[in-house]
Amino acid sequence: MTQRKRPSNTLRLSQSKRQSNSVMTQEEDEDVTFTQPSSSQVQRGLEKLTPAQVDQKTAEVVQYILVKDQKKIPVRRAELVKNIVKDYRTVYPEIIKRAKRIFEQVFGLKLVEIDPKNHMYILVNNLDTPAAAASPVKCPSNPKTGLLFVILSVIFMKGGIVRENQIWNTLKKLRVDPGQRHEEFGDVRKVVTEEFVRQRYLEYTRIPHTEPIEYEFRWGHRADMEVSKAQILEFMGQLHEQDPRSWSQQYREAHTGSSSSQNASSSQTSSHASTSRK
Amino acid sequence: MSRQLGDHHRRFLQTMMTIGITSEKEAKTLYQHCCETHKTQCAPDRLEEFIEAINSRLQPMFMQIRKGMSEEDGQQHYALVNTAETDITRMTSDYADNELELFRKIMDLIVSSENGKASSTDILNSADMMTSKKLKKGETQQLLLRLVQDKWLCESQGEYNLSTRCIIEMEPYIRAMYQDQVKVCHICHNMAFQCQICENPSCGIKIHNPCVARYFKGRMEPHCPACDDFWPHEIPEVRELHSLSKR
Ligand SMILES: [Zn+2]
Ligand SMILES: [Zn+2]
Repeated sequence: MTQRKRPSNTLRLSQSKRQSNSVMTQEEDEDVTFTQPSSSQVQRGLEKLTPAQVDQKTAEVVQYILVKDQKKIPVRRAELVKNIVKDYRTVYPEIIKRAKRIFEQVFGLKLVEIDPKNHMYILVNNLDTPAAAASPVKCPSNPKTGLLFVILSVIFMKGGIVRENQIWNTLKKLRVDPGQRHEEFGDVRKVVTEEFVRQRYLEYTRIPHTEPIEYEFRWGHRADMEVSKAQILEFMGQLHEQDPRSWSQQYREAHTGSSSSQNASSSQTSSHASTSRK
Repeated sequence: MSRQLGDHHRRFLQTMMTIGITSEKEAKTLYQHCCETHKTQCAPDRLEEFIEAINSRLQPMFMQIRKGMSEEDGQQHYALVNTAETDITRMTSDYADNELELFRKIMDLIVSSENGKASSTDILNSADMMTSKKLKKGETQQLLLRLVQDKWLCESQGEYNLSTRCIIEMEPYIRAMYQDQVKVCHICHNMAFQCQICENPSCGIKIHNPCVARYFKGRMEPHCPACDDFWPHEIPEVRELHSLSKR
Protein backbone atom coordinates (compact mmCIF):
# COMPACT_ATOMS: atom_id res chain seq x y z
CA MET A 1 0.00 0.00 0.00
CA THR A 2 2.76 2.42 0.86
CA GLN A 3 5.11 3.05 -1.97
CA ARG A 4 8.79 3.08 -1.21
CA LYS A 5 10.07 6.19 -2.84
CA ARG A 6 13.79 6.50 -3.06
CA PRO A 7 14.88 9.84 -4.35
CA SER A 8 18.52 9.35 -5.17
CA ASN A 9 19.87 12.67 -4.09
CA THR A 10 17.58 13.62 -1.27
CA LEU A 11 16.77 11.41 1.63
CA ARG A 12 15.04 13.90 3.81
CA LEU A 13 11.32 14.18 4.25
CA SER A 14 10.21 17.72 3.76
CA GLN A 15 8.02 17.44 6.82
CA SER A 16 10.89 17.21 9.23
CA LYS A 17 12.81 20.30 8.26
CA ARG A 18 14.50 22.02 11.13
CA GLN A 19 12.42 24.78 12.60
CA SER A 20 13.93 28.15 13.15
CA ASN A 21 12.41 30.81 15.32
CA SER A 22 11.54 32.96 12.37
CA VAL A 23 9.44 30.13 10.99
CA MET A 24 7.65 29.88 14.30
CA THR A 25 6.47 33.46 14.25
CA GLN A 26 5.36 33.11 10.68
CA GLU A 27 3.33 30.08 11.72
CA GLU A 28 1.74 32.03 14.51
CA ASP A 29 0.45 34.49 11.97
CA GLU A 30 -0.82 31.69 9.81
CA ASP A 31 -2.71 30.13 12.65
CA VAL A 32 -4.98 33.14 12.66
CA THR A 33 -6.03 32.22 9.14
CA PHE A 34 -6.71 28.62 10.10
CA THR A 35 -10.25 28.34 11.34
CA GLN A 36 -11.44 25.12 12.85
CA PRO A 37 -13.77 23.54 10.27
CA SER A 38 -17.34 22.83 11.37
CA SER A 39 -18.54 19.28 11.82
CA SER A 40 -20.58 19.40 8.63
CA GLN A 41 -17.51 20.64 6.73
CA VAL A 42 -15.56 17.73 8.18
CA GLN A 43 -18.31 15.34 7.15
CA ARG A 44 -18.29 16.61 3.59
CA GLY A 45 -14.49 16.51 3.51
CA LEU A 46 -14.44 12.89 4.64
CA GLU A 47 -16.82 11.87 1.89
CA LYS A 48 -14.29 13.03 -0.68
CA LEU A 49 -11.48 10.95 0.78
CA THR A 50 -10.86 7.23 1.00
CA PRO A 51 -10.40 5.72 4.48
CA ALA A 52 -6.85 4.77 3.48
CA GLN A 53 -6.03 8.40 2.68
CA VAL A 54 -7.25 9.54 6.08
CA ASP A 55 -5.33 6.74 7.82
CA GLN A 56 -2.15 7.67 5.97
CA LYS A 57 -2.46 11.31 6.98
CA THR A 58 -3.14 10.31 10.57
CA ALA A 59 0.00 8.15 10.57
CA GLU A 60 2.07 11.08 9.34
CA VAL A 61 0.67 13.30 12.10
CA VAL A 62 1.45 10.64 14.72
CA GLN A 63 5.03 10.30 13.47
CA TYR A 64 5.58 14.03 13.40
CA ILE A 65 4.37 14.48 16.97
CA LEU A 66 6.48 11.53 18.18
CA VAL A 67 9.63 13.00 16.65
CA LYS A 68 8.97 16.37 18.29
CA ASP A 69 8.20 14.69 21.58
CA GLN A 70 11.59 13.01 21.65
CA LYS A 71 13.01 16.46 22.23
CA LYS A 72 10.07 17.53 24.41
CA ILE A 73 9.14 20.29 22.02
CA PRO A 74 5.44 21.20 22.00
CA VAL A 75 3.74 20.99 18.63
CA ARG A 76 1.74 23.94 17.35
CA ARG A 77 -1.44 23.35 15.45
CA ALA A 78 -0.36 25.88 12.82
CA GLU A 79 2.90 24.04 12.26
CA LEU A 80 1.09 20.71 12.04
CA VAL A 81 -1.40 22.02 9.49
CA LYS A 82 1.26 23.72 7.42
CA ASN A 83 3.82 20.89 7.35
CA ILE A 84 1.74 17.74 7.46
CA VAL A 85 -2.01 18.16 7.24
CA LYS A 86 -1.83 20.53 4.26
CA ASP A 87 -4.70 19.81 1.84
CA TYR A 88 -6.48 17.77 4.47
CA ARG A 89 -7.17 20.78 6.66
CA THR A 90 -10.93 20.47 6.24
CA VAL A 91 -10.81 17.11 8.03
CA TYR A 92 -8.25 18.26 10.61
CA PRO A 93 -10.51 17.63 13.65
CA GLU A 94 -11.10 14.07 12.52
CA ILE A 95 -7.39 13.45 12.01
CA ILE A 96 -6.50 14.78 15.46
CA LYS A 97 -9.26 12.67 16.99
CA ARG A 98 -7.82 9.55 15.37
CA ALA A 99 -4.25 10.47 16.31
CA LYS A 100 -5.35 10.87 19.94
CA ARG A 101 -6.92 7.44 19.86
CA ILE A 102 -3.77 5.87 18.44
CA PHE A 103 -1.56 7.54 21.04
CA GLU A 104 -3.77 6.13 23.79
CA GLN A 105 -4.42 2.67 22.39
CA VAL A 106 -1.01 1.88 20.95
CA PHE A 107 1.55 4.00 22.78
CA GLY A 108 -0.08 4.57 26.18
CA LEU A 109 0.37 8.30 25.70
CA LYS A 110 -2.04 11.15 25.95
CA LEU A 111 -2.08 14.04 23.52
CA VAL A 112 -2.87 17.12 25.55
CA GLU A 113 -3.60 20.63 24.36
CA ILE A 114 -1.62 22.77 26.81
CA ASP A 115 -2.40 26.14 25.39
CA PRO A 116 -5.93 26.50 24.04
CA LYS A 117 -5.20 30.01 22.78
CA ASN A 118 -2.13 29.15 20.70
CA HIS A 119 -3.20 25.53 20.16
CA MET A 120 -0.17 23.66 21.34
CA TYR A 121 0.08 19.96 22.04
CA ILE A 122 2.35 17.80 24.14
CA LEU A 123 2.43 14.07 24.86
CA VAL A 124 2.24 12.82 28.42
CA ASN A 125 2.39 9.31 29.76
CA ASN A 126 -1.03 7.74 30.16
CA LEU A 127 0.04 4.56 31.96
CA ASP A 128 -0.82 4.25 35.61
CA THR A 129 2.33 3.26 37.43
CA PRO A 130 5.53 5.26 37.29
CA ALA A 131 7.51 4.05 34.30
CA ALA A 132 10.91 4.40 35.91
CA ALA A 133 9.83 2.32 38.93
CA ALA A 134 11.92 -0.79 38.56
CA SER A 135 12.40 -1.36 34.86
CA PRO A 136 14.96 -4.12 34.41
CA VAL A 137 16.30 -2.41 31.32
CA LYS A 138 18.77 0.41 31.74
CA CYS A 139 17.25 3.51 30.26
CA PRO A 140 19.67 6.30 29.43
CA SER A 141 18.94 8.88 32.07
CA ASN A 142 19.16 12.53 31.24
CA PRO A 143 21.41 14.32 33.76
CA LYS A 144 19.33 17.45 33.34
CA THR A 145 16.34 15.70 34.93
CA GLY A 146 17.93 16.05 38.36
CA LEU A 147 18.52 19.75 37.83
CA LEU A 148 14.92 20.24 36.75
CA PHE A 149 13.63 18.28 39.71
CA VAL A 150 15.50 20.53 42.15
CA ILE A 151 14.11 23.68 40.56
CA LEU A 152 10.54 22.36 40.48
CA SER A 153 10.91 21.36 44.14
CA VAL A 154 12.03 24.84 45.17
CA ILE A 155 9.13 26.44 43.32
CA PHE A 156 6.60 24.03 44.77
CA MET A 157 7.86 24.42 48.34
CA LYS A 158 7.82 28.22 48.07
CA GLY A 159 4.19 28.27 47.05
CA GLY A 160 4.34 28.21 43.27
CA ILE A 161 6.31 31.34 42.34
CA VAL A 162 9.97 32.02 42.95
CA ARG A 163 12.22 34.93 42.07
CA GLU A 164 15.01 34.11 39.72
CA ASN A 165 17.72 34.93 42.27
CA GLN A 166 16.39 32.40 44.72
CA ILE A 167 16.80 29.66 42.14
CA TRP A 168 20.36 30.69 41.31
CA ASN A 169 21.26 30.82 45.01
CA THR A 170 19.87 27.35 45.62
CA LEU A 171 21.80 26.00 42.67
CA LYS A 172 25.02 27.68 43.86
CA LYS A 173 24.65 25.87 47.16
CA LEU A 174 24.59 22.66 45.14
CA ARG A 175 27.75 23.79 43.32
CA VAL A 176 25.95 24.56 40.10
CA ASP A 177 26.89 28.13 39.24
CA PRO A 178 24.78 29.68 36.48
CA GLY A 179 27.66 32.01 35.67
CA GLN A 180 30.05 29.19 34.96
CA ARG A 181 30.14 26.41 32.42
CA HIS A 182 29.00 23.20 34.02
CA GLU A 183 30.65 19.94 33.08
CA GLU A 184 27.38 18.10 32.42
CA PHE A 185 24.82 20.81 31.74
CA GLY A 186 26.96 23.29 29.80
CA ASP A 187 25.47 26.75 30.01
CA VAL A 188 23.25 26.33 33.09
CA ARG A 189 21.43 29.63 32.72
CA LYS A 190 20.55 28.77 29.14
CA VAL A 191 19.33 25.28 30.04
CA VAL A 192 17.08 26.66 32.77
CA THR A 193 15.73 29.82 31.16
CA GLU A 194 15.57 28.55 27.57
CA GLU A 195 15.54 24.78 27.23
CA PHE A 196 13.27 24.00 30.19
CA VAL A 197 11.02 26.90 29.19
CA ARG A 198 10.79 25.76 25.57
CA GLN A 199 9.94 22.27 26.75
CA ARG A 200 7.21 23.78 28.94
CA TYR A 201 8.63 22.50 32.20
CA LEU A 202 9.11 26.04 33.48
CA GLU A 203 7.57 29.43 32.97
CA TYR A 204 9.95 32.35 33.12
CA THR A 205 8.33 35.75 33.23
CA ARG A 206 9.31 39.31 33.94
CA ILE A 207 8.10 40.77 37.20
CA PRO A 208 6.33 44.02 36.33
CA HIS A 209 7.65 47.36 37.60
CA THR A 210 11.03 46.16 38.76
CA GLU A 211 14.17 48.24 38.36
CA PRO A 212 16.55 46.63 37.54
CA ILE A 213 14.45 44.07 35.68
CA GLU A 214 13.71 40.89 37.59
CA TYR A 215 12.24 37.58 36.52
CA GLU A 216 10.34 34.83 38.29
CA PHE A 217 9.78 31.12 37.76
CA ARG A 218 6.62 29.03 37.84
CA TRP A 219 5.83 25.45 36.91
CA GLY A 220 5.12 25.03 33.20
CA HIS A 221 2.28 23.06 31.62
CA ARG A 222 4.34 19.96 31.04
CA ALA A 223 5.48 19.88 34.65
CA ASP A 224 1.84 20.12 35.77
CA MET A 225 1.02 17.13 33.62
CA GLU A 226 4.05 14.95 34.14
CA VAL A 227 5.55 15.64 37.53
CA SER A 228 3.99 14.22 40.65
CA LYS A 229 3.89 16.69 43.54
CA ALA A 230 3.58 13.83 45.99
CA GLN A 231 6.86 12.49 44.68
CA ILE A 232 8.53 15.86 45.17
CA LEU A 233 7.28 16.04 48.73
CA GLU A 234 8.55 12.55 49.35
CA PHE A 235 11.95 13.62 48.06
CA MET A 236 11.96 16.73 50.27
CA GLY A 237 11.03 14.58 53.24
CA GLN A 238 14.01 12.32 52.66
CA LEU A 239 16.31 15.28 52.13
CA HIS A 240 15.32 17.00 55.37
CA GLU A 241 14.49 13.83 57.31
CA GLN A 242 11.03 15.14 57.93
CA ASP A 243 7.56 13.70 57.52
CA PRO A 244 6.08 15.01 54.24
CA ARG A 245 2.86 15.66 56.18
CA SER A 246 4.60 18.41 58.16
CA TRP A 247 4.36 20.68 55.13
CA SER A 248 0.62 20.69 55.48
CA GLN A 249 -0.22 23.11 52.69
CA GLN A 250 1.98 21.35 50.16
CA TYR A 251 0.80 17.99 51.35
CA ARG A 252 -2.81 18.97 50.79
CA GLU A 253 -2.03 20.27 47.34
CA ALA A 254 -0.09 17.17 46.38
CA HIS A 255 -2.79 14.81 47.53
CA THR A 256 -5.95 16.57 46.49
CA GLY A 257 -4.52 17.76 43.20
CA SER A 258 -5.85 21.28 43.14
CA SER A 259 -4.21 22.09 39.83
CA SER A 260 -4.02 18.70 38.18
CA SER A 261 -6.36 15.97 39.22
CA GLN A 262 -4.87 13.45 36.82
CA ASN A 263 -1.52 13.73 38.47
CA ALA A 264 -2.76 13.27 41.98
CA SER A 265 -4.69 10.18 41.06
CA SER A 266 -1.78 8.60 39.25
CA SER A 267 0.61 9.28 42.10
CA GLN A 268 -1.88 7.80 44.52
CA THR A 269 -2.24 4.62 42.55
CA SER A 270 1.52 4.40 42.31
CA SER A 271 1.98 4.68 46.07
CA HIS A 272 -0.71 2.03 46.47
CA ALA A 273 1.14 -0.19 44.09
CA SER A 274 4.43 0.26 45.87
CA THR A 275 2.98 -0.52 49.29
CA SER A 276 1.16 -3.59 48.07
CA ARG A 277 4.35 -4.76 46.44
CA LYS A 278 5.81 -4.69 50.01
CA MET B 1 -4.50 -8.40 11.53
CA SER B 2 -4.51 -5.88 14.37
CA ARG B 3 -5.17 -6.87 17.92
CA GLN B 4 -6.22 -5.05 21.06
CA LEU B 5 -3.24 -4.02 23.13
CA GLY B 6 -2.99 -3.93 26.90
CA ASP B 7 -0.94 -1.70 29.16
CA HIS B 8 1.81 -4.33 29.24
CA HIS B 9 2.20 -3.97 25.47
CA ARG B 10 2.20 -0.20 25.76
CA ARG B 11 4.83 -0.16 28.49
CA PHE B 12 7.06 -2.46 26.46
CA LEU B 13 6.72 -0.15 23.47
CA GLN B 14 7.44 2.96 25.55
CA THR B 15 10.64 1.38 26.83
CA MET B 16 11.64 0.45 23.29
CA MET B 17 11.09 4.07 22.26
CA THR B 18 13.56 5.15 24.95
CA ILE B 19 16.27 2.55 24.42
CA GLY B 20 15.95 1.94 20.67
CA ILE B 21 17.48 -1.52 20.72
CA THR B 22 17.71 -4.42 23.13
CA SER B 23 19.05 -7.96 23.14
CA GLU B 24 16.59 -10.84 23.02
CA LYS B 25 17.53 -11.77 26.56
CA GLU B 26 16.81 -8.28 27.85
CA ALA B 27 13.60 -8.17 25.83
CA LYS B 28 12.40 -11.29 27.65
CA THR B 29 13.15 -9.73 31.04
CA LEU B 30 11.40 -6.56 30.00
CA TYR B 31 8.39 -8.53 28.75
CA GLN B 32 8.12 -10.23 32.13
CA HIS B 33 8.48 -6.94 33.96
CA CYS B 34 5.72 -5.35 31.90
CA CYS B 35 3.37 -8.27 32.56
CA GLU B 36 4.07 -8.16 36.28
CA THR B 37 3.60 -4.41 36.48
CA HIS B 38 0.18 -4.70 34.87
CA LYS B 39 -0.76 -8.01 36.44
CA THR B 40 -1.12 -9.82 33.17
CA GLN B 41 -0.30 -13.41 32.56
CA CYS B 42 3.12 -13.88 31.03
CA ALA B 43 4.22 -16.76 28.83
CA PRO B 44 8.00 -16.40 28.57
CA ASP B 45 8.21 -18.48 25.40
CA ARG B 46 5.72 -16.26 23.62
CA LEU B 47 7.75 -13.10 23.28
CA GLU B 48 7.45 -13.30 19.50
CA GLU B 49 3.67 -13.32 19.65
CA PHE B 50 3.69 -10.48 22.15
CA ILE B 51 5.82 -8.35 19.84
CA GLU B 52 3.75 -9.39 16.83
CA ALA B 53 0.68 -7.96 18.54
CA ILE B 54 2.44 -4.63 19.06
CA ASN B 55 3.68 -4.65 15.47
CA SER B 56 0.20 -5.21 14.11
CA ARG B 57 -0.75 -1.81 15.52
CA LEU B 58 2.57 -0.12 14.78
CA GLN B 59 2.87 -1.00 11.14
CA PRO B 60 0.16 1.43 9.98
CA MET B 61 2.29 4.13 11.68
CA PHE B 62 5.33 3.06 9.60
CA MET B 63 7.06 1.66 12.64
CA GLN B 64 8.05 -1.84 13.62
CA ILE B 65 9.93 -3.77 16.28
CA ARG B 66 12.29 -5.73 14.05
CA LYS B 67 14.48 -8.66 14.94
CA GLY B 68 18.05 -8.96 13.77
CA MET B 69 21.43 -10.37 14.66
CA SER B 70 24.34 -8.53 16.19
CA GLU B 71 27.52 -9.03 14.19
CA GLU B 72 29.52 -8.64 17.39
CA ASP B 73 28.18 -11.53 19.42
CA GLY B 74 25.76 -13.33 17.13
CA GLN B 75 22.90 -12.65 19.55
CA GLN B 76 19.42 -11.79 18.38
CA HIS B 77 18.29 -8.24 19.06
CA TYR B 78 15.10 -6.24 18.74
CA ALA B 79 15.14 -2.71 17.43
CA LEU B 80 12.35 -0.20 17.04
CA VAL B 81 12.63 0.91 13.46
CA ASN B 82 11.03 3.34 11.10
CA THR B 83 9.65 1.84 7.92
CA ALA B 84 8.51 5.04 6.20
CA GLU B 85 9.41 5.92 2.62
CA THR B 86 13.03 6.85 3.09
CA ASP B 87 15.03 5.00 5.60
CA ILE B 88 17.07 7.84 6.90
CA THR B 89 13.83 9.50 8.00
CA ARG B 90 14.49 9.02 11.65
CA MET B 91 17.76 10.84 11.32
CA THR B 92 16.45 13.85 9.45
CA SER B 93 15.25 15.65 12.53
CA ASP B 94 18.58 15.21 14.25
CA TYR B 95 21.07 15.79 11.46
CA ALA B 96 21.57 18.53 8.91
CA ASP B 97 21.72 17.86 5.16
CA ASN B 98 25.49 17.91 4.90
CA GLU B 99 25.79 15.67 7.95
CA LEU B 100 23.50 13.13 6.29
CA GLU B 101 25.58 13.35 3.14
CA LEU B 102 28.68 12.44 5.12
CA PHE B 103 26.83 9.61 6.83
CA ARG B 104 25.94 8.18 3.41
CA LYS B 105 29.61 8.47 2.41
CA ILE B 106 30.58 6.56 5.55
CA MET B 107 28.09 3.85 4.58
CA ASP B 108 29.67 3.73 1.10
CA LEU B 109 33.08 3.20 2.68
CA ILE B 110 31.83 0.51 5.03
CA VAL B 111 29.86 -1.41 2.43
CA SER B 112 32.73 -1.43 -0.06
CA SER B 113 35.30 -2.44 2.56
CA GLU B 114 36.26 -6.06 3.17
CA ASN B 115 36.00 -5.98 6.94
CA GLY B 116 32.95 -3.75 7.35
CA LYS B 117 34.94 -0.86 8.77
CA ALA B 118 35.93 2.65 7.80
CA SER B 119 38.94 4.39 9.29
CA SER B 120 38.66 7.93 10.61
CA THR B 121 41.32 9.00 8.10
CA ASP B 122 39.21 7.76 5.19
CA ILE B 123 36.15 9.44 6.65
CA LEU B 124 37.98 12.76 7.00
CA ASN B 125 39.16 12.44 3.40
CA SER B 126 35.67 11.87 2.08
CA ALA B 127 34.47 14.84 4.14
CA ASP B 128 36.77 16.89 1.90
CA MET B 129 34.91 15.74 -1.18
CA MET B 130 31.40 16.65 -0.17
CA THR B 131 29.11 18.43 -2.58
CA SER B 132 26.98 20.18 0.01
CA LYS B 133 28.39 22.55 2.64
CA LYS B 134 31.74 21.07 3.62
CA LEU B 135 32.35 19.97 7.17
CA LYS B 136 35.52 21.12 8.88
CA LYS B 137 37.75 18.56 10.53
CA GLY B 138 36.49 19.44 14.01
CA GLU B 139 32.88 19.30 12.83
CA THR B 140 33.41 15.89 11.29
CA GLN B 141 34.85 14.61 14.56
CA GLN B 142 31.89 16.05 16.47
CA LEU B 143 29.52 14.40 14.02
CA LEU B 144 31.22 11.02 14.41
CA LEU B 145 30.88 11.35 18.16
CA ARG B 146 27.17 12.06 17.81
CA LEU B 147 26.63 9.17 15.39
CA VAL B 148 28.19 6.85 17.96
CA GLN B 149 26.19 8.36 20.82
CA ASP B 150 22.95 8.02 18.86
CA LYS B 151 23.82 4.38 18.19
CA TRP B 152 24.20 4.57 14.42
CA LEU B 153 27.91 3.76 14.39
CA CYS B 154 30.30 1.91 16.67
CA GLU B 155 33.90 2.92 17.13
CA SER B 156 36.92 0.95 18.14
CA GLN B 157 40.53 2.00 17.74
CA GLY B 158 39.82 4.73 15.24
CA GLU B 159 37.69 2.51 13.03
CA TYR B 160 33.95 2.77 12.57
CA ASN B 161 31.38 0.09 11.76
CA LEU B 162 27.60 0.11 11.46
CA SER B 163 25.86 -0.56 14.76
CA THR B 164 23.45 -3.46 15.12
CA ARG B 165 20.59 -1.01 15.41
CA CYS B 166 21.68 0.70 12.20
CA ILE B 167 21.95 -2.59 10.30
CA ILE B 168 18.51 -3.73 11.44
CA GLU B 169 16.84 -0.41 10.71
CA MET B 170 18.61 0.36 7.43
CA GLU B 171 18.55 -3.14 5.98
CA PRO B 172 15.95 -2.45 3.26
CA TYR B 173 17.72 0.79 2.39
CA ILE B 174 21.17 -0.81 2.20
CA ARG B 175 19.89 -3.74 0.16
CA ALA B 176 18.29 -1.38 -2.34
CA MET B 177 21.13 1.16 -2.50
CA TYR B 178 24.01 -1.29 -2.66
CA GLN B 179 22.40 -4.19 -4.50
CA ASP B 180 25.60 -5.25 -6.23
CA GLN B 181 27.99 -4.69 -3.38
CA VAL B 182 26.24 -5.97 -0.33
CA LYS B 183 26.78 -9.66 0.42
CA VAL B 184 24.94 -11.93 2.76
CA CYS B 185 26.44 -14.36 5.22
CA HIS B 186 26.67 -17.87 3.77
CA ILE B 187 25.46 -19.35 7.07
CA CYS B 188 22.70 -17.09 8.39
CA HIS B 189 21.81 -15.18 5.19
CA ASN B 190 21.77 -11.82 6.93
CA MET B 191 23.76 -8.99 5.40
CA ALA B 192 27.42 -9.35 6.28
CA PHE B 193 29.74 -6.45 7.11
CA GLN B 194 32.15 -7.54 9.81
CA CYS B 195 33.04 -11.02 8.66
CA GLN B 196 35.60 -13.42 7.21
CA ILE B 197 35.89 -13.96 3.46
CA CYS B 198 36.81 -17.09 1.52
CA GLU B 199 40.14 -16.40 -0.18
CA ASN B 200 39.36 -18.47 -3.26
CA PRO B 201 38.84 -15.66 -5.83
CA SER B 202 36.14 -17.56 -7.70
CA CYS B 203 34.21 -18.07 -4.45
CA GLY B 204 34.67 -15.21 -1.99
CA ILE B 205 31.71 -16.00 0.25
CA LYS B 206 31.35 -14.09 3.52
CA ILE B 207 30.63 -15.47 6.97
CA HIS B 208 30.03 -13.40 10.13
CA ASN B 209 32.59 -13.88 12.88
CA PRO B 210 30.10 -15.42 15.33
CA CYS B 211 28.71 -17.61 12.53
CA VAL B 212 32.28 -18.76 11.73
CA ALA B 213 32.74 -19.63 15.37
CA ARG B 214 29.57 -21.69 15.51
CA TYR B 215 30.01 -23.36 12.12
CA PHE B 216 33.59 -24.49 12.52
CA LYS B 217 33.36 -25.35 16.21
CA GLY B 218 34.93 -28.73 16.86
CA ARG B 219 36.07 -29.28 13.24
CA MET B 220 39.67 -30.24 12.86
CA GLU B 221 40.41 -28.64 9.50
CA PRO B 222 38.04 -25.87 8.45
CA HIS B 223 36.94 -25.80 4.82
CA CYS B 224 34.78 -23.28 3.00
CA PRO B 225 31.17 -24.49 3.04
CA ALA B 226 30.74 -23.31 -0.57
CA CYS B 227 33.90 -24.26 -2.50
CA ASP B 228 35.55 -26.58 -0.02
CA ASP B 229 38.87 -24.68 -0.14
CA PHE B 230 40.86 -24.48 3.08
CA TRP B 231 39.53 -21.74 5.38
CA PRO B 232 42.68 -19.81 6.26
CA HIS B 233 41.36 -17.46 8.95
CA GLU B 234 41.62 -17.72 12.67
CA ILE B 235 38.46 -19.33 14.05
CA PRO B 236 37.02 -17.23 16.89
CA GLU B 237 35.64 -18.90 20.01
CA VAL B 238 31.91 -19.30 20.42
CA ARG B 239 30.70 -16.75 22.93
CA GLU B 240 28.66 -18.33 25.66
CA LEU B 241 25.17 -16.98 26.13
CA HIS B 242 24.50 -17.12 29.83
CA SER B 243 20.77 -17.03 29.45
CA LEU B 244 20.71 -20.03 27.16
CA SER B 245 23.23 -22.18 28.99
CA LYS B 246 20.69 -22.70 31.77
CA ARG B 247 18.23 -24.49 29.55
ZN1 LIG C 1 25.95 -15.00 9.67
ZN1 LIG D 1 34.89 -20.56 -0.74
